Amino acid sequence: MPEPVLRLERLRKSFDSLVVTDDVTLDVIRGEMHAIIGPNGAGKTTLINQISGLLAPDDGSILFAGADVTRLPPETRALRGLARSFQITSILPGFPVLENVALAVQARAGSSLRFFGRAADEDALNLPAMAALEQTGIADRAHVRAGELSHGEKRALELAIALAMRPTLLLLDEPMAGIGREETERLVELLLRLKGQLTMILVEHDMAAVFALADRISVLIGGRLLITGLPDEVRADPQVVVAYLGEQME
Amino acid sequence: MTGAAALAAAGRSGLLRPRRDIVLPAAIFLIFALLPPFASLLAEQYLVDLATRVMIFAVAAVALDLLVGYGGLVSFGHAAFVGLGAYAVGILSAQGIDDALISLPVAIAVAMLFAFVTGIVCLRTKGVYFIMITLAFGQMIYFVATSLAPYGGDNGLTIAARNTVAGLALLKSDRAFYYVTLLCLLATYLFCRALVASRFGRVLRGAKENPARMVTIGFTVRSFQLVAYVIAGGLGGLSGFLLANSTEFVSPAFMSWQRSGELIVMVILGGVSTLDGAIVGAAAYLGAEEWLSRIIENWQVVFGPLLVLVVLFARGGLIGLCSRLWRWFGHA
Repeated sequence: MPEPVLRLERLRKSFDSLVVTDDVTLDVIRGEMHAIIGPNGAGKTTLINQISGLLAPDDGSILFAGADVTRLPPETRALRGLARSFQITSILPGFPVLENVALAVQARAGSSLRFFGRAADEDALNLPAMAALEQTGIADRAHVRAGELSHGEKRALELAIALAMRPTLLLLDEPMAGIGREETERLVELLLRLKGQLTMILVEHDMAAVFALADRISVLIGGRLLITGLPDEVRADPQVVVAYLGEQME
Repeated sequence: MTGAAALAAAGRSGLLRPRRDIVLPAAIFLIFALLPPFASLLAEQYLVDLATRVMIFAVAAVALDLLVGYGGLVSFGHAAFVGLGAYAVGILSAQGIDDALISLPVAIAVAMLFAFVTGIVCLRTKGVYFIMITLAFGQMIYFVATSLAPYGGDNGLTIAARNTVAGLALLKSDRAFYYVTLLCLLATYLFCRALVASRFGRVLRGAKENPARMVTIGFTVRSFQLVAYVIAGGLGGLSGFLLANSTEFVSPAFMSWQRSGELIVMVILGGVSTLDGAIVGAAAYLGAEEWLSRIIENWQVVFGPLLVLVVLFARGGLIGLCSRLWRWFGHA
């Protein structure tokens, strides 16, 4: 079995008496698209937040690219190649689209303690940023204020920001939520193109998208990992059908 | 369109460089530069004194706008830095050291050090708590100053003479001091202007808008905010150096919380996140103080409602109001 990019070991997190991550152990293999599905309140976003470092687990450990990152702050994890998108798009609405992405390039480039020179005019930052915007299909919107983008375009921007970080692992928290059919199709196409180039964890409710994209699927229910397997195995699992997919498929 | 071509097109269309940015600051500094000869022509010497005060407070206000307007850090203890800078000059002078080559770096360094130490603590908090804790540190240093019995305590400390520069009495004449102050303000302004557009400034602005996003792309937001806090503190120290030399007197009142509040009022009155606004706000505030206090003893009674009107009806402060009027007349 190839080495895992990410390994969660007996991860545990609770808010007061509510256990939201219950003894989760999971390997994400290099290059795979790993979907995490489950009903609302299953603890999917909480899990993503622990992986990206916005939440600290109560117990257990997170290994990323062979190193224990459990106690590292999110920005250090980001610089090591862990990028994410948010369920509610998180961009800088007052900044031009291009600068949103250029900032991600700048973070990787280091040397942000420069007090002189207009950052917005630096080709060294803008060209890679433009390339990421072209990749996600919104290059023609580069000089618009990010707040003026449509919802789908904001999703694409968030993805461009993540890609500009040149991540080894990309966490996608419900990227299809709230966008139209057509934009969803475009996003699925884009993710299909990215597949294989980097490892991705996809949290998503759109089952058509999940089964079109995922190499493997983990089902999370009540904070517990019910099953991890190939799409066909998950689809056929009676427990999953009862707990989640049954209602989704109707 | 390739990336490079798109970038070039945007550059040509002027999208990345608004020209209007230059007109207002140029006008402001031209007025300051021409004011002394104009004042002697009118035989209104007090105008020079007033403008000196305006420029000194504008240095601190511009630095405060860096924090408030671009960093989203509402510091309510900014007068502490001004006071520390002033006391550095006063105490050194009392010890017989009265050359600016020593007192200026010391004034700035002391303020930066205080900003660094307190900033580490303050920046662990957010929003209202940040306001409260900066206020608390400001008051702390205020009470330290009032208890400095050897240096005047409550009464403050008179400075024998203005600082010399490398032994020369360059600052002795009010005219010379005026232009030195103007140079300090110009340098502060240009530095902050560059800073805001720089890589560093972009991180600071980004952290104001969406700190979670900045963290998840790999920025240690708090470190950048601390650097900004230290820079703003140092500029406050510069303002204090000028203030002590201008009044030849230092007093704990320089760092009272009221003073911090006045600096915030200047920034808001002029227009937050503009830098120009901080200068306009300092002029408007101190001008109002000067002229209203001649008409009415309790000038704040009039100034208070005026301030409320500006905040309510002139979003973006005086700068915002002016640019709206400009557009109005432009179209009519």
